[in-house]
Amino acid sequence: MFQPRSIQSNLSFKDKIVSMDFVLIFSILAIGIISMFAMYSTDGGEFKYHTRSHIIRFIIFFILFLILSFFQIRFWHKTSTLIYLSCFILLLGVKYFGLTSQGSQRWLNFYFMNLQPSELMKIALILFLSKYYHRISTQDVNKIKFLFLPILALVAPVLLVVAQPDLGTSILIALGGIVVAWLAGVSVKFFSYASILFISLMPIAISFLKPYQKARILTFLNPDRDPLGAGYQIIQSKIAIGSGGLFGKGFLNGSQSYLDYLPEKHTDFIFTLFSEEFGFFGSLLILMLYSLIIHRIVKIGHETRSTFGKLYCFSFATAFFFYVAVNMGMVLGLLPIVGAPLPILSYGGSSMMAIMIGLGIAMSCKIYKDTPVN
Amino acid sequence: MINFGSGSTVIKSKLISKRMFLLTSAKAIVFLGIFGRLVSLQINEATKYKTLSDKNRFREWKLAPERGVIRDFFNKEIASNKKVYQLHITPENSPNLERLFIRLKSLLNLSDKRIFYLKRKMAKQKPWEPIVVSDNLTWSEFSRINLFLHELQGVEPIVSVARIYPDQSTAHLVGYVSEASAKDLQRKSYIRDMSVAGISVGKTGLEQKLDKEIIGKVGFQRYEVNAYGKRVRQIQVDTGQAGKNYKTTIDLEVQRFAAEILGDKAASACVMDIYNGDVISMVSSPSFNPNAFVHGIEKKYWQELINNEKKPLNNKSISGLYPPGSTIKTIVALSALENDVWNPKKYLICTGKTELYGEKFHCWKKKGHGTLNMRTAIQRSCDVYFYEVARLLGVDRLSETAKKFGLGSKLFEGFIEERSGVVPNTKWKRKFIGKNWYLGETLHSGIGQGYFQSTPMQLCLMTAQIANGGFKLKPRIISDGNNNKLKEYIDYKNANPNDPLPLDLLVANFDLKPLFRNQENINFVKDAMYASTNEVGGTSYASRFTNQKFMFAGKTGSSQIKKFTELQRELEVKQEQLDYKDRDHALFVAFAPYKDPKYAISVVVEHGGSGSKAAAPIAKKIIKKVLERDSLRETMKNKIGENV
Repeated sequence: MFQPRSIQSNLSFKDKIVSMDFVLIFSILAIGIISMFAMYSTDGGEFKYHTRSHIIRFIIFFILFLILSFFQIRFWHKTSTLIYLSCFILLLGVKYFGLTSQGSQRWLNFYFMNLQPSELMKIALILFLSKYYHRISTQDVNKIKFLFLPILALVAPVLLVVAQPDLGTSILIALGGIVVAWLAGVSVKFFSYASILFISLMPIAISFLKPYQKARILTFLNPDRDPLGAGYQIIQSKIAIGSGGLFGKGFLNGSQSYLDYLPEKHTDFIFTLFSEEFGFFGSLLILMLYSLIIHRIVKIGHETRSTFGKLYCFSFATAFFFYVAVNMGMVLGLLPIVGAPLPILSYGGSSMMAIMIGLGIAMSCKIYKDTPVN
Repeated sequence: MINFGSGSTVIKSKLISKRMFLLTSAKAIVFLGIFGRLVSLQINEATKYKTLSDKNRFREWKLAPERGVIRDFFNKEIASNKKVYQLHITPENSPNLERLFIRLKSLLNLSDKRIFYLKRKMAKQKPWEPIVVSDNLTWSEFSRINLFLHELQGVEPIVSVARIYPDQSTAHLVGYVSEASAKDLQRKSYIRDMSVAGISVGKTGLEQKLDKEIIGKVGFQRYEVNAYGKRVRQIQVDTGQAGKNYKTTIDLEVQRFAAEILGDKAASACVMDIYNGDVISMVSSPSFNPNAFVHGIEKKYWQELINNEKKPLNNKSISGLYPPGSTIKTIVALSALENDVWNPKKYLICTGKTELYGEKFHCWKKKGHGTLNMRTAIQRSCDVYFYEVARLLGVDRLSETAKKFGLGSKLFEGFIEERSGVVPNTKWKRKFIGKNWYLGETLHSGIGQGYFQSTPMQLCLMTAQIANGGFKLKPRIISDGNNNKLKEYIDYKNANPNDPLPLDLLVANFDLKPLFRNQENINFVKDAMYASTNEVGGTSYASRFTNQKFMFAGKTGSSQIKKFTELQRELEVKQEQLDYKDRDHALFVAFAPYKDPKYAISVVVEHGGSGSKAAAPIAKKIIKKVLERDSLRETMKNKIGENV
């Protein structure tokens, strides 16, 4: 049923290369290349700062992704607690030493880059919980005493991120954690309890929200409430996407973004820009590439023998899905604007780094799919 | 802790996969939802969003069109456009408006009030919409602005066009333009559609009458703008359409000459072509400077105009109302003859006054005229004679004839300032005054006093219609090619003096409308007017021409403002001894040349004293001028004929 450990350790470098998932690599590259063109367009068709640094980041993190792929799955299992704790400490660091920009304190200055630890926490939490549920038997999962640690591990960073304030990222972190618990077999009833608790706490939570966050939620419910203020982003984004039509306005011809009607076009609204310039078929291409990536990661999960690998891949794939769905839902006016980048496509080093690390770990699950974790 | 291959791992693995399957299905549904949203936005509603996107992208700036030019009969411009230097500010382009205004204040002499007004206006509009700081800079101001332009961000010096009126003599006729007021926008729907800031609209005169056509079509510049409203590039320009040009029937030369002669008297002079109704001159004095209105009139000048007792803004030719005085005697005589109530040979003795039901009616000549027939009564303008004619005629028959000859109704279309005057009759009095008519009032009406009110242009038309043999004229100011049917008819009649057709059939062939029953009566009146000017004893004998070429026939009139008291009559108070406001209006109507009439003229001098002393000499000079230019006008007419 499983290979002896010795065989696994003896994988030659060639074997490792061959066992990589090339469809996944191809999809990542494709998205990466598309992202460069999109970034070039946001710079108004000139090779400027955003394009340059985005390309450099993509190259660096793509290489990082390849390198991480060759790390033993056992390494990830072993260090996951450490990784989680480091990210948590970094998040605490943000609270005390973080850089503030546009009213929220999210970044740490590392000279060569401004790191956003909340992005890394997205992966770290999944990794940590995967390891945690790897150890616990199915029977124990639903015992109350085994629920404390996961809840603590999830709630603590989420609260830190909410306080930054960064509603979007905190939701995505939480979703990642919840998915692991769900996959590990935590009973539906706990999720119902949690939802009931969450909903009953909502009014209190809302009172802690910043005014602009409240406005965003109200605006989502009715974008025309304040068309030049908070509703502006949703309306302009919908106009941009809708006016793209079937084939789009053409590369570098997106008037909505070119003329600055689109807010945050480098980051959260990059899909809008692409959609405006390349139309329905362009949007479909992106959607399909992301589906392919998700599908390939899920496939790796199925192939991986270890529970840790399975939990990680399935959770990461689902989290990846959430990143895509939340961002697209947001720019298409289906969800409130919460501030969530689109994986790889959006400008932003930390997000790119986190995604690439996540993908690297998934790829290592593929290479070492038959290796037992401990 | 965990053993590979143990049952628990398998169970766990199965559980994970099962739950993953649920998640995958959910994911598929969500992606399908996103797909559906893309279909709806980019396929189903693409057109709607494309429109919205274009609405975002493009913004239009309207361009005020150039107004059409108004010319006189000889193609001289009487209202045209000139280059002006303007200063616009686009608020969003200026980093510091406060400082900009302080700087401009020193450069341009802007008042604090004006700056306050501009700031308030700025607050009301979008920051990318330019406002006009000054629409008529002098060249030195304009060059000063250009010199300091680098310090004045947000300021745009612009060369534009504005209305200019080269001559003041046409001020009343042409009127003036000024910035559209809220009232204009309400009244004139075509301006509302234009909605160009600061567009000038016609306020009075021809400018007002022709406004809709002369204003032109608004152009626009379509720019692509970014989200902040800044122009990125120009997409389309439509320069619009300059307004229609108009050629009038006015002879600027005559107009100027007449204005010069009238000087600063409160007076009016009208000249009309008696065959086609062309208004050759329509002068009102004193005049004003219409250019002062184009860029907003200064309060001081406005006050000066408003407070002037001679009412310079009033177009006296069509909105000044004067009792026609003795000039109406032509119509009274005509009406009496046409209605067979009087025989022109009938003699009457004027003793200086007559009496009716105990009320005394005086002739202007205290001693009386002695024995007169109708011709001499017109020649010497005897009041007593006409009291008797009017008494027999009755006011209703008189008013009918007067109305037929153009009194009591507006002559032109579209002049808001034109007034219709009054031709009284029994019905009119009952309706407007609510009282019955007294016979005494008929006597007053018979000498053009009492309720009678007419404009100088109406008197001119009346004379023209007598002069042309009694045919209806439609007076016109805008030259619209040929309308010389009357001339054709007369030429035909001269060529075929023995045409067997009766007159009414004959004129029907030429589409003419005769105003008489018997043309002999018209000729009688013309002859009497000839006598009035050219025979000894006539009221305008002193102003006659002996040269056949200029010889004219006229009728004087003096209309009383205030009834003379018995005491004044006893003392034989002269007009010059009265207060200006109490003096009679002086009137004179005439046609010329007598032998082959071509033009009719009316001159009214407010408080001028008597028609023979104040009005006739003016008419004489104008008639000479008009006749001197007659051949030129004929040449021009033929040229137009060729074009048509």
